[in-house]
Amino acid sequence: MEENAKWVEDLGDGVHKVRTCVWSPPGDHPVGCGIIVTVKDNKVINVEGDPTHPITQGRLCPRCIAMDEALYHPDRILHPMKRDRADRGKDAWEQISWDEALDLIESKVRHFWEVAGPESILTFTGTGREITMYSAAYCHAIFGSPNYCMVLSGGSCYGPRCTIANFQLGAGYPELDYAAYFPDRYEDPRWELPQYILVWGKNPVYSNPDGFFGHALIDLMKMGSKLIVVDPQLTWIAAHAEYHLQLRPGTDAALAMAMCNVIIEEDLYDHEFVEKWVYGFDEFAACVAEWSPERAAEVCWVDADVLREAARAFATHSPSSALWGLSIDTETNGVQAGHTFLAICALTGYMDVPGGITLARPSSFTGKWRYETVNSVPDEVRAKRIKDQQGRYSCWDAAGPGPLPDVTLDWLEMDEPPTDFKMSYWFGTNPLACMSVQPMRWEKALDKLEFNVVQDVFMNPSIMRLCDLVLPLSMSVEHAGIVMPHFGRNTHFLGAMNKAVEPLDSKSDVEIMLELGRRLRPELWPWETPEQFFTDQLHTAYDWGFKELQDDVVFQQPFEYRKYETGALRADGKPGFDTPTGLIELKASVYSVFGEKPLPYFKEPELSPYSDAISDEVKEEFPLVLTTGGRHISMFHSEHRQIPSMRALNPWPLITIHPETAAAHGIAEGDWVAIENPLGRCIQKACIRPVVDPRVVHAQHAWWYPEQSGEAPNLFGLYKSNINSLIPHESVGVTGYGAPYKNIICKIYKVDSLDAFEA
Amino acid sequence: MEKRAMLIDYGYCTGCHSCEVSCRKKNDLRLDEWGIKVNEVGPQKFSNGKWEWDFVPVPSSLCDLCEDRIAEGSKPLCELHCLAAVIRVVPVSEVSSCLESMDKDKVAVYLP
Ligand code: SF4
Ligand code: SF4
Ligand code: SF4
Repeated sequence: MEENAKWVEDLGDGVHKVRTCVWSPPGDHPVGCGIIVTVKDNKVINVEGDPTHPITQGRLCPRCIAMDEALYHPDRILHPMKRDRADRGKDAWEQISWDEALDLIESKVRHFWEVAGPESILTFTGTGREITMYSAAYCHAIFGSPNYCMVLSGGSCYGPRCTIANFQLGAGYPELDYAAYFPDRYEDPRWELPQYILVWGKNPVYSNPDGFFGHALIDLMKMGSKLIVVDPQLTWIAAHAEYHLQLRPGTDAALAMAMCNVIIEEDLYDHEFVEKWVYGFDEFAACVAEWSPERAAEVCWVDADVLREAARAFATHSPSSALWGLSIDTETNGVQAGHTFLAICALTGYMDVPGGITLARPSSFTGKWRYETVNSVPDEVRAKRIKDQQGRYSCWDAAGPGPLPDVTLDWLEMDEPPTDFKMSYWFGTNPLACMSVQPMRWEKALDKLEFNVVQDVFMNPSIMRLCDLVLPLSMSVEHAGIVMPHFGRNTHFLGAMNKAVEPLDSKSDVEIMLELGRRLRPELWPWETPEQFFTDQLHTAYDWGFKELQDDVVFQQPFEYRKYETGALRADGKPGFDTPTGLIELKASVYSVFGEKPLPYFKEPELSPYSDAISDEVKEEFPLVLTTGGRHISMFHSEHRQIPSMRALNPWPLITIHPETAAAHGIAEGDWVAIENPLGRCIQKACIRPVVDPRVVHAQHAWWYPEQSGEAPNLFGLYKSNINSLIPHESVGVTGYGAPYKNIICKIYKVDSLDAFEA
Repeated sequence: MEKRAMLIDYGYCTGCHSCEVSCRKKNDLRLDEWGIKVNEVGPQKFSNGKWEWDFVPVPSSLCDLCEDRIAEGSKPLCELHCLAAVIRVVPVSEVSSCLESMDKDKVAVYLP
């Protein structure tokens, strides 16, 4: 371990303690919780919370508390492994050295460059993990490819919200003000307590989304903040809210428009803020005037009076704050839902005020760098990026860093696609079990590629089925890194990931990046070590480097409120917002360029009980609304299924059913239940609770069974409980953003066992 | 040695399980043993239309209130990790003054 470093404490006898912030792997969002790791003879013997960390103050979720079970798990991938393409699906891995693995990648990449061009190489990135900061650089600046892909239909995670925020606020991600920028936190005299917090489609206490420390919500509740929760499920926070709007999944835009209508019609909006800083008010007001609470109540299955009272409470208690969640992204109509959610926050004047919603400009290293690497791809190659051949989704193509996932699948499925695709490289993704809709189609499509490479910590069904080369990753405490909540888009602190133990034969995403970069495009990769790379990147924004960050462990960024008054939100330093009009746009200037309407509207989900897109017979056969993806705290998407104490907390995939609905279907607690719609079928276990509407069921996502046989066709039970088999392909918004992961239809019926899937 | 009690402000407990897993690690317990276990009451809807849903952690006789950690000047492990910061281990003599200063609703006191 490093000598004389402030973050290491030598206790003698081969024992030392390291202070660090955690990111990944295993999976997690960049919360950067502070831990103290005790190491003896290069083995982690204790992990506990760091009470000096300004945000987490020693608190930890169970996943880090059980970190030893991941680090020393018998199934961990410990060495590079390769397999013959003919053996895909078989447990026929051969251990190889790093040199051989990197030689193989280099020779394949050079060969594919030669025969099919750099665009023949696709990268696929998962969510949340540290690699999300670097995968775009791998794609652009190492492989030279414009095809920075993922498999998530409509890019339905965070990207839509960030893009909406860009277009309408000209700012990074808007976040609840929990005094996260201030060293004294809630004691800071500049900060005020939000009176109400509008929590929209999010359960942050279990998900710590995007780096927001979810239990800050509890801190604020203890101090007196009240909650308004918009969620189809009665979550614990909804049960503790002043108002719970238990909407029909997929109707967020309608509900939000009605709330705006109440705020405008009852003259509860912040006139001064709206006059000075908001564009398009009159047209927006006319648009939402069509949405009376009664009309929304009918569409959304909520109570009109509760809607009215919630809107009034929010607008008349200044300051109040708001959080928007994944449900905004996971609907075809999500851009309009997000647009209107931001309008609620703008009409009430809560943007960037103490106790309101913090805004930030994405900073250089900590956000933009990863996408600026696209400039290293020559124009003629960039022109070959996968895109819709009918010219749809121009908004996505202009704003997104890579091709729309749905179009990527369309191209891969063509007999003769415009590009002769050869290779894919995966980072922290288990695409068939987790992100993809219609995963069987993705399975076939990705199998067409000649060479699939992955870097990860555990075997999973997608790797077993499709990959030819596996690179083992080191875990969070085994390498150096930087953790940035909100991926640089509203980053209250930078945390040092300090290396506590030497990894055995694994490397970090950054180490592999530098090695591959030096081999394939040395002119772009001058850095010898991750530490040099981090220091150079930090120097684009600060006059200190990685060593200083390591010593301090946490660097809280400076912050000021009301930046729209000082010019700190705009690139040109002028007051206002970084939008075409310089104002928050309730009527969005950019959408019309992309064929999208500048004002919000409501559109029924394609598969809904009221949809015009399906027949009455289909509606009758599949009468229930299915929502998916609610989190359990012990697991991150498809990860942690093999960690014993985490699996014990959530042993089986659960479908939550209202007691009346369960009784009508003859389903008892713990029964196996088939969930089916015209697109697919899977099996989960019944959890009978009055937390959903009787017309709605909720199913967990991303399940697979590491304890089952991994070889094809079982593939760790990949399809048995895979709820994404029921989600449609390319049911995305006009912009390309948003897909109905959380709002489709289904029927349910009891089956004998999980194995009924095969029958 | 001073006798101690565990106070849990369970009205804010979110059922995150961090206390359970912390105690299991600290005391090297099996997956079916608990030094502290989170119980659930609800969700139930009262006739006044209000929902109530509580998680109530209960320490078992395996809990020694982390005597060793307290002796070293550290917090008990479950108290340190509790995401909602609702666990406190205090001398019995201070219990009533702690209760005075706490939220009046939903506080449990244990002598495990
Ligand atoms: S949120 Fe949980 S898994 Fe992530 S760093 Fe914090 S304690 Fe660890
Ligand atoms: S005080 Fe210590 S022994 Fe008792 S429940 Fe908490 S962690 Fe376990
Ligand atoms: S750690 Fe705290 S919040 Fe979590 S279950 Fe235990 S008592 Fe409740």
